[in-house]
Amino acid sequence: MIVELGHFALILAFCVALVQCVSPLLGLALRDNRLLKIADASAPVLFVLIAYSFAALIYAHVVSDFSVANVFENSHSAKPLLYKISGVWGNHEGSMLLWVLILSLFGAAVWLFGRSLPLDLRAMVLAVQGAISATFVIFIVATSNPFLRIADAPAEGNGLNPILQDPALAIHPPLLYTGYVGFSMAFSFAIAALILGRVDSAWARWVRPWTLAAWIFLTLGIGVGSWWAYYTLGWGGWWFWDPVENASLMPWLTGTALLHSAIAMEKRDSLKAWTVLLAILTFSFSLLGTFLVRSGVLTSVHSFASDPARGVFILAIVSAFTAGGLALFAWRAAALSAGSPFSLVSRESSIVLNNLLLTASCGIVLIGTLYPLALEALTGDKISVGAPFFNATVVWIFMPLLLAVCFGMFLAWKRGDLREAAHRLWPAAAAALIAGLAASLEGGAGWKTVLAVTLGTWVLAGSVWEVLWRAKFLSAPLSETARRIWNMRRSQLAATLGHIGLGVAVIGIAGASAWNTERLTVMKQKDSVELAGYTVTFKNVFERDGPNYAELAGAFELRRGDKLIETIIASKRRYDAPPQATTQAGIAPRPFGDVYVVLGNELEGGAFAVRMYYHPFVRWIWGGALIMFIAGLVSLLDRRLRIGLPQRAAKTPLAPAPAAAE
Amino acid sequence: MMGIASALVLSALRTQVTFFMSPSDVLKNQPKPGTRFRLGGLVEAGTFHKGTGTTSTFKLTDGAQSLPVAYSGILPDLFKEGQGAIAEGRLEADGVFAADTVLAKHDEKYMPPEVAAALKKSGRWQEQGAKPKAAPGT
Repeated sequence: MIVELGHFALILAFCVALVQCVSPLLGLALRDNRLLKIADASAPVLFVLIAYSFAALIYAHVVSDFSVANVFENSHSAKPLLYKISGVWGNHEGSMLLWVLILSLFGAAVWLFGRSLPLDLRAMVLAVQGAISATFVIFIVATSNPFLRIADAPAEGNGLNPILQDPALAIHPPLLYTGYVGFSMAFSFAIAALILGRVDSAWARWVRPWTLAAWIFLTLGIGVGSWWAYYTLGWGGWWFWDPVENASLMPWLTGTALLHSAIAMEKRDSLKAWTVLLAILTFSFSLLGTFLVRSGVLTSVHSFASDPARGVFILAIVSAFTAGGLALFAWRAAALSAGSPFSLVSRESSIVLNNLLLTASCGIVLIGTLYPLALEALTGDKISVGAPFFNATVVWIFMPLLLAVCFGMFLAWKRGDLREAAHRLWPAAAAALIAGLAASLEGGAGWKTVLAVTLGTWVLAGSVWEVLWRAKFLSAPLSETARRIWNMRRSQLAATLGHIGLGVAVIGIAGASAWNTERLTVMKQKDSVELAGYTVTFKNVFERDGPNYAELAGAFELRRGDKLIETIIASKRRYDAPPQATTQAGIAPRPFGDVYVVLGNELEGGAFAVRMYYHPFVRWIWGGALIMFIAGLVSLLDRRLRIGLPQRAAKTPLAPAPAAAE
Repeated sequence: MMGIASALVLSALRTQVTFFMSPSDVLKNQPKPGTRFRLGGLVEAGTFHKGTGTTSTFKLTDGAQSLPVAYSGILPDLFKEGQGAIAEGRLEADGVFAADTVLAKHDEKYMPPEVAAALKKSGRWQEQGAKPKAAPGT
């Protein structure tokens, strides 16, 4: 009954979403405010309906109701509770339901926090949100219904792929989806602005926190996914340029560009049309990512073509929203007044450069992701576009971007002085050169590594120095510097912190790529191996049972000199449902890198194949992502930018609505 | 700017992508020794030798032809005789494919798409578990 009500609630949600989409548009055409206000009422109702539907599916998974096909195919009664719940979004149907749940949550947030928005803008935003909700809800009901029953309920389920039974992967999809779907807010605001024909800095002040919220979740989601790949896949790779990963990177790149251009728009009222375009593009890339991951096109172009129900449906949704958004932009962008002019050397133009480089790298990722699909569909040739392609392209785009970051921070709005900025940046340049020199003295560093370490340090040091310089460090007493830092606007400190995170991540990527060492050996018990200054001794193997698996574990003692640091446990797990083995790497985090041990197959004579790695700086990568996440949070919590917009900003006179809307 | 990006992309697409071949393709096209590519097929039954060290050997077959592969490293958890696998590496002058990466099936349902296509081409494809099974009942 609960399950059937969940199904019913979802169908009802479609109707409500339709009303939410249509009534504000009618209201605008008929100039009837009562119709506009219907969207306000429907947004929370839509959320409640979808939340109930989602809760019903979770309930079916938790009680292991195998008469529900989705539970039977993806769950098992012996699974720990956490994975019974996370299994809900570990499959296609459930993950799409999570997608619309988050979408309706954002819609409800507009209703909750958007009281100070002009009525017509709020109604239009909700209308676009309603349109997106309606299409995705009908997609679920028509092609991916998670509530289908099986006539003869099986006694036991098939279980969840063990590789997905992992805490990081339990939270990865909700984080990622909050990011993807969060960009729908920027999209809806952009479409609403184009329909109403007005975009101003108050609009940017509204869009920026939503974009920032989406961006921090996407950043964290990508970071958690990379961390999971690192410890799960058995050799410590943290990024594979896999199409699924690229799908999440593309909206991140344009979303990052959008965050920057929205600042220019908010502060200087410039880059208006471009910001609106970026908002449309960013959500389009989110939709494209959903299409790539959810349509089966990546598994095979041919299976996609032979079983097109889902894929074609999502492709139609992606095309409709992208093409519709872009067409509306082409038609209405001219109506957006040109913003304030700025000189070639200014904070604005540094943001333009940032945007160009970020969108260029996004374009390259797009080509690298779609080219193999297109080639296979057209010629039947199969190729894989992987790390070599992206290293030869994206890396080149990122180098000038990193170089420019620090200059941007030191340039004034409207008109800046490049020589003065360069002059002020000398401490960052000195730090970068020292780091680059140190990197080049370390063996195994190619010029690309040296350059990346130099630029990463440059960004890191330049960001720290920017705050110190603004606080008159060295030119005023320390107490004065401390006071100035304390009084700085949070959003400014957040920007600095975000760039620090970028620098940290770049150093991590360079170091982890250049200096990781690998030892592949055959070890018997009591054997020792030297690895990056540590001694790893294979102590013993033992068997133990987990909740729904049995594992063969190897204990390895990690020593530096004679001092025992810790015992690393690396194991191979065998799951019964489904019957599958997984490898659990043993990882010892050390100050400058990880010791990473993988237990391989048992060979003749009780020996084991053992693979060991030393991954230096690898934690800096996720550390950088975490710093960026925290930076975003700090900025969101800034009083002036809080989602519930300050009254002062709300009172900023907006262009009179009826006139602008024609 | 866009020009630079396009030039980068075009040159990288010419030199930095990896082609996929089945054993039949390899014997037909005779790629130059030292060319990097992906070889895919089923691990032929009875050909997998672990050896005492870390190098293992096996043959990949598409049903029509097969090719010996040598791989130094730990094989993925799902690597088994009779199952699909993809090896990436270079063909040595002695006709052995020296792999530096081996990818196996992701799970029981999934077959690397290239392998499935290679098997279909050589006529050895059985429709087993290739498509996600339809939900029984309503």
